[in-house]
Amino acid sequence: MKLPIYLDNHATTPLDPRVLDAMMPYLTTKFGNAASRNHSFGWEAEEAVERARKQIADLIGAQPKEIVFTSGATESNNLAIKGVAEMYAERGNHIITVATEHKAVLDTCKKLEKHGCQVTYLPVDQEGLIDLDRLRRAITDKTILISVMYANNEIGVIQPIAEIGKIAKERGVLFHTDAVQAVGKIPVNVIRDNIDLMSLSGHKIYGPKGVGALYVRRKNPRVQLTAQMDGGGHERGMRSGTLNVPGIVGLGAACEICQREMPEEMVRLARLRDRLKDKLLNELPEVYVNGSLKHRLPNNLNVSFAYVEGESLLMGINDVAVSSGSACTSATLEPSYVLKALGAGDELAHSSIRFGIGRFNTEEEIDYVGEKVVSVVNKLRELSPLWEMHREGVDLSKVEWTAH
Amino acid sequence: MAYSNKVLDHYNNPRNVGSLDKTDPNVGTGMVGAPECGDVMKLQVKVNPETGIIEDARFKTFGCGSAIASSSLATEWLKGKTVDEALTIKNTDIVNELSLPPVKIHCSVLAEDAIKAAIEDYKKKQANGAARPVAQALS
Repeated sequence: MKLPIYLDNHATTPLDPRVLDAMMPYLTTKFGNAASRNHSFGWEAEEAVERARKQIADLIGAQPKEIVFTSGATESNNLAIKGVAEMYAERGNHIITVATEHKAVLDTCKKLEKHGCQVTYLPVDQEGLIDLDRLRRAITDKTILISVMYANNEIGVIQPIAEIGKIAKERGVLFHTDAVQAVGKIPVNVIRDNIDLMSLSGHKIYGPKGVGALYVRRKNPRVQLTAQMDGGGHERGMRSGTLNVPGIVGLGAACEICQREMPEEMVRLARLRDRLKDKLLNELPEVYVNGSLKHRLPNNLNVSFAYVEGESLLMGINDVAVSSGSACTSATLEPSYVLKALGAGDELAHSSIRFGIGRFNTEEEIDYVGEKVVSVVNKLRELSPLWEMHREGVDLSKVEWTAH
Repeated sequence: MAYSNKVLDHYNNPRNVGSLDKTDPNVGTGMVGAPECGDVMKLQVKVNPETGIIEDARFKTFGCGSAIASSSLATEWLKGKTVDEALTIKNTDIVNELSLPPVKIHCSVLAEDAIKAAIEDYKKKQANGAARPVAQALS
């Protein structure tokens, strides 16, 4: 077993060597521009791009022509939301999204609010799920778009996407989903789920960074977008810019591997995740799983170790790469807004650790991490005045703290 | 973010972890911070009432590595100082000693506040203790 152990696969994933093999020719000899129509260099690049388009479409139940290549999911989210808001401005200006979305969606919506859009941010329950009745009630005759993420990047909670798609279709509202964490990990099908627009990313599925895609439905309904990047009219005019051929080839290869290996990999990941969860919950008191365990990605575990601060825990397990919802680990010095949205209280957000298990993790690694976390949590609790008070029977919620 | 060697040393080998009897009239207890802010420090001093010298200091901290290091360092510095000398410890001294980056300055501020709170608690106890016989005499 090699240290450090990488267990932060929601942040990014290592490139699968098979993906690199597929990309290599397009980084070296096959360097053509896919838009060059009159020589073999261009043709072979175009062929590779079209093959990748099909590999991606096959994974999500779409048609190849419905795939628009981008630089990543942040761009896909921007293009989907801003593109719809601009294109359908005459029909309405209301967008519905969720408090626990990724910043690429939330900040895009906030920008649109400055330009006259109305945005409803649906809350989530303790499990991290939205209330479908609340969604129904939020729709008005001005609503043009519902944007709800497929699976959350912090807590791995899977929203009721098929039900949301059905509601959107019934009400004639477009439905976009940021499916970065779900695509390639669990079965995703844009037809079954009535998805109109869907963002995905290469580097979350063992593909390269700097490439992503947006699924844009072409039938029932035909979705139109106002381009956010103008230029040579690539990607049917929706996204100009010379195609990142090696990246696209890598994204395609990554999708194909995910599709082929998903049935077994989902079971393997869930088994490793549950092994880690059982270890932590059986050996430590006062450990809480954040978000629904039932509606959850197989590779995600997000837990709060009460009375222990997250960054200090990360420091103690410095040969394990994970992340925390603690304020001290964020650039904004605010605890995770996703965990806060669950309503569990800021203190549990400060104490949270996200484990993201991936394709290359082994049972031996999971066991090492479990042992290590248990021993560091025990050590830090001995250091914790809150743990001491808890043990003395003090109700911490009734203490008057000197906030600073 | 990389931690300084001194922060790592205090985190890995925290000095003077523990609790003193908070009902002891010679023990002053300071507890600052809040769980929802992500850090709570409890700092205690045991003072020799004859000499005014801090003979023992203990801490427990819920917080990041820098908060743990700041309070651990504070206990080291407090021992052997008089109560008045203890009050001259400034957060900037802690920042310099531990090479804390700007985002961690609040940890040092918290440690300074904890020292002040502990000393204040000790002084209050002493004042009350001195007053008690008088009160008894009146009753």
